[in-house]
Amino acid sequence: MKKLSARRRHPLAALVVLLLALAATGGLYAAFAPAGEAQADNSAQSLAIEEGRQLYDVGCSSCHGSNGQGGSDGPSLVGVGAASVDFQVATGRMPLQQPGPQAPAKPAVYTQAEIDQLAAFIASLGPGPAVPDPDVYDPAQGDVARGGELFRSNCSQCHNFTGEGGALTHGKEAPNLYNVEPRHIYEAMLTGPQNMPSFPDTTLTEQDKRDIIAWLDEVNTSDSAQPGGFALGGYGPVGEGLFAWTIGIGALIAVAVWIGARSTKARKS
Amino acid sequence: MTSHDEPEPQHGAAGEHLPEHRSDGALTPADDPFADPGLPPHEHRRQDIDERAAKRSERTVALLFTVSILATIGFIASYVAIPIDRIVYIWPFGHVSGLNFSLGLTLGLALFCIGAGAVHWARTLMSDVETPDERHPIEATPEVRAHVFAEFRKGAAESQIGRRKLVRNTMLGAVAVVPLAGVVLLRDLGPLPHDKLRHTKWKAGSLIINESTMQPLRPEDITVGSLTQAMPEGMSPHDEDFHVEIAKAAVMLVRLQPDDIKDAKSAEWGHEGILCYSKICTHIGCPATLYEQQTHHALCPCHQSTFDLSDGARVLFGPAGHALPQLRITVNDDGFLEARGDFDEPPGPSFWERG
Repeated sequence: MKKLSARRRHPLAALVVLLLALAATGGLYAAFAPAGEAQADNSAQSLAIEEGRQLYDVGCSSCHGSNGQGGSDGPSLVGVGAASVDFQVATGRMPLQQPGPQAPAKPAVYTQAEIDQLAAFIASLGPGPAVPDPDVYDPAQGDVARGGELFRSNCSQCHNFTGEGGALTHGKEAPNLYNVEPRHIYEAMLTGPQNMPSFPDTTLTEQDKRDIIAWLDEVNTSDSAQPGGFALGGYGPVGEGLFAWTIGIGALIAVAVWIGARSTKARKS
Repeated sequence: MTSHDEPEPQHGAAGEHLPEHRSDGALTPADDPFADPGLPPHEHRRQDIDERAAKRSERTVALLFTVSILATIGFIASYVAIPIDRIVYIWPFGHVSGLNFSLGLTLGLALFCIGAGAVHWARTLMSDVETPDERHPIEATPEVRAHVFAEFRKGAAESQIGRRKLVRNTMLGAVAVVPLAGVVLLRDLGPLPHDKLRHTKWKAGSLIINESTMQPLRPEDITVGSLTQAMPEGMSPHDEDFHVEIAKAAVMLVRLQPDDIKDAKSAEWGHEGILCYSKICTHIGCPATLYEQQTHHALCPCHQSTFDLSDGARVLFGPAGHALPQLRITVNDDGFLEARGDFDEPPGPSFWERG
């Protein structure tokens, strides 16, 4: 101790103390600061948000406002979540080409990478449903029969019994779900795009949604079997009856007329 | 004696096969300007005058019937050989059931060939000579009429129905009364509904069960813009009377921003913007659950009746007679939604005594 106290007035003492204090501060910072990997993730995420913000400013802000707060031409996007952006933009519904009863599906304008950036930006505005993992919407893991029951009690009133779609009010319609990507079906149930009600996980669990996707994958894709042949749009007995009474009976009448119109006589007059 | 001369048909080499000359014109006075011209001369078919053509027709008909036999055998073979779950791709039908397709094709062919064979037979081989059948008066001759009336009078006198009035009157009475037996049986068209239409399984304290998960609902489960189908607790799809009861008790729950609810009573009957309505359309009872979450309209798929769920489910459009009944709900001590009682009006379609 004596040695230490003897040198406390040394001209370099202040410098040593300063160095020790700096080392302690740096060490403490290194110990408590977030890990380096998280640091790198954050920068990539913020980069995506920044890229998404630029895309948003060009393509979306005229209707949805400069900060996604919404306006007279478009709803607020705060809290809609990445799943909503992925659904609306990847199915081509957004950006809207022209105002109308509802936004129709069309070829997507943005690439998936750009959509992910837009989604990252919108997700940064407020908490909302994220884009689901592929496992969550894998139709192979769903129960087709149970999905059919759930579809009939929750979805069929608008989308018809095998997802053929149907009319709503004032030019709106529930679209046909033919060949729709499982991911987009899942996101639509989760977020409730446009006039479709949402089915949050609290009332329709992940497994329920997966079952519904499995049902649609079974009955309404280009690979679905139609055991009876012509499905006639799958619209049910009205369409089938119309076909039978007009095309079917019409063909029978035409054949009868054709038989009667042809003469069997040897001398054609 | 015919009204006009029929020239001998000229059929060239086949002329020797012609049947005898027919006389089928009617006899008419020469000065009648509207004379019945009679039937036109009969035209012969090739098969009537050419035996080789007739043979060809015979073979065609026989071929059609033979194809029908083979198709029927094919039908039976398909039924035996093709598994019921075999799916095959057939252009332009797509992926179809192999069994359905094969059965339909073979049975269709079998029936079509019988029909086509019969038509071809009738058109080419059966006699096609027109045979007129003259009309004759429907009225019976006076002798027959007199005979029938005489027999009737004789029978009436022998039965003594005119003389013994007691027998006649009691017989008429018996015949008049016997239909009452059938009328009385109509009482069994029932049972009468009594007040069944006015009450449902909902009662004060009933938990609200989500139809998808079969779990009781809590307010935080139901987000703004969502749609949930629900039923009262204590019901199972395996119950004997499930379909009778669910047809009255089925409800849907939606959540609106409290500011969007226009009807004060409706808001008070809900819970923090959660509204619980009967989903049975008040027109003829279809489930009116086509819910548009932005307009808060619920449609019925059958006749497009439209209800405004933000305004007490008022009818906006369509044949429905009155608003969807709303169920009063609250939250119990455990945090679950529950009914505050039954509907205060009968849910579903109108009926005479509904008021």
